[in-house]
Amino acid sequence: MLEHEQVLHVARLARLDLGEGEVERMAGELSKVLDHIEKIRELDLEGVPPTSHVIDVVNVLRADEPTPSLPRDVILAAAPEPLHDGFGVPSPGAA
Amino acid sequence: MSDPIDLTAAQAAERIGAGEITAAELFEAYRARAAADDLNAFTWVADAAPESNGRPDTPLAGVPIAAKDLFCTEGVPSQSGSKILEGYRPPYTATVVSKLHEAGAPLLGKTNQDEFAMGSSNENSGFGPVLNPWDHGRVPGGSSGGSAAAVAAGLAPWAIGTDTGGSIRQPASLCGIVGLKPTYGACSRYGMIAFASSLDQAGPLTRDVTDAALMLRHMIGRDHLDSTSLEFPGEIALPSAEDLKGIRLGVPEDLTGAEGGIEPGVRSNFEATLELAERLGASIEPCRLPHAPHALSAYYLIAPAEASANLARFDGVRYGLRVDGDKDLVTMYSRTREVGFGPEVKRRIMLGTYALSSGYYDAYYGTAQKVRTKIAEDFRSAFEQFDFIVTPTSPCVAFELGAKLSDPLAMYLNDFLAVPMSLAGIPAISIPSGLSDGLPVGFQLAAPAFNESRLLDAAYALERAVGFDGSSARV
Repeated sequence: MLEHEQVLHVARLARLDLGEGEVERMAGELSKVLDHIEKIRELDLEGVPPTSHVIDVVNVLRADEPTPSLPRDVILAAAPEPLHDGFGVPSPGAA
Repeated sequence: MSDPIDLTAAQAAERIGAGEITAAELFEAYRARAAADDLNAFTWVADAAPESNGRPDTPLAGVPIAAKDLFCTEGVPSQSGSKILEGYRPPYTATVVSKLHEAGAPLLGKTNQDEFAMGSSNENSGFGPVLNPWDHGRVPGGSSGGSAAAVAAGLAPWAIGTDTGGSIRQPASLCGIVGLKPTYGACSRYGMIAFASSLDQAGPLTRDVTDAALMLRHMIGRDHLDSTSLEFPGEIALPSAEDLKGIRLGVPEDLTGAEGGIEPGVRSNFEATLELAERLGASIEPCRLPHAPHALSAYYLIAPAEASANLARFDGVRYGLRVDGDKDLVTMYSRTREVGFGPEVKRRIMLGTYALSSGYYDAYYGTAQKVRTKIAEDFRSAFEQFDFIVTPTSPCVAFELGAKLSDPLAMYLNDFLAVPMSLAGIPAISIPSGLSDGLPVGFQLAAPAFNESRLLDAAYALERAVGFDGSSARV
């Protein structure tokens, strides 16, 4: 069973400002799913290599040729707060 | 002339080529139907056919496509079913959409989906659930539920979707149409708003197997913008097999046994379909996939883990929603994500973040990736004896709206029969195999990697023998 504090810790890592009710509900729901998933830890997987890529592909390389990127104004058109030709963000230190 | 809505996409392309109907007439017939959609299948419908594509001398001759919302389409809303991307119009187009445009298929509309493709009922969309055209009180499946419902209801000739753990095959099954998940890497993922990058694959949702082959033919190919995409060996052939002589079908008892929770009506339809296959000349034997019952557990670690990383990009900085921009940076991130994401997406981000967090990584994510290796090995050895592995696509027919919403685990179990193929990266197709209590049942065939043409051929022979009639859903 996931503890309240564990859920809050994971939510902080995931940058989710969960409400109090959500923390409680999440603890119950995640615990139930994890109980089901736990079964795979009983398998004997000694010496089994983990899958990194399901179809064998090795050294995918291409020529290093510069090509134009999308224009700055096109990219900034989707930004919630474009500022001085960049993405405006709140100060990390502001209260 | 018969109603163009009654034509399959391949038939419509042929009629346009022969000058019997024009691409503009066909587009308008579908556009009017899509605009009057009462299933909530579409999130956006074109005003008119674009002039730049859909010429009658192209292979697809102007037969329009519907695309799942998560495919980026330049200047057209692409929101992946999420409020965090509401109104987002990307500055570029996904490669598979561009390829279909180049082959002559213009964009009819964008289809509703579970938010970020997370779900098996389409009830997790930020823009409301999609209704099943066979019964408006039931779900269409998910996550490509809008694409499946639109094709089944004749609101689009055909559609593209994506499949991470069954998201093409399961809604195709629940809506009575054909859905194909190609080999991982067959189609470029460039411009698909990512869910789980090691599993996501684009594929067709169509009225029949021939349409699936025709569409897939124009989707595949290596793309320098997706380094995991591969040069497909050979062309996708249009299917023509009339029987299944010499074909060996394996029925994996590890999946079709009691643990799969297969409904009686689905089971009896599956057994009847196996008998049909036998009459067509196939041999049917039980086979073993000993690790496949653990696929769901591995999947619900791997996919959320990858999602938690992929969805970190939605932070209120570059696009989409921003909440509390007057507070400090971390507060802005956390509030934006809290308000913008729906409950299922938050649940998976939490699960994935937990599985990747310090102290748990080896126990969860590392173990899941080892299980994935064993599942791929199981399939490899089964394919030494069998041409195709067959199962029902979904353990159940379309269920009622709201029936599984309060129980995430019950919802996840919908994917029990679809997820093993996703983890192994192999192609699998769902074809309609009949009705159970008036609702469609799907039959799944899976093949070794890059064997799409053989898979389509076998599915075609079986489709003809089944003789499924989906016309009652196209009212």
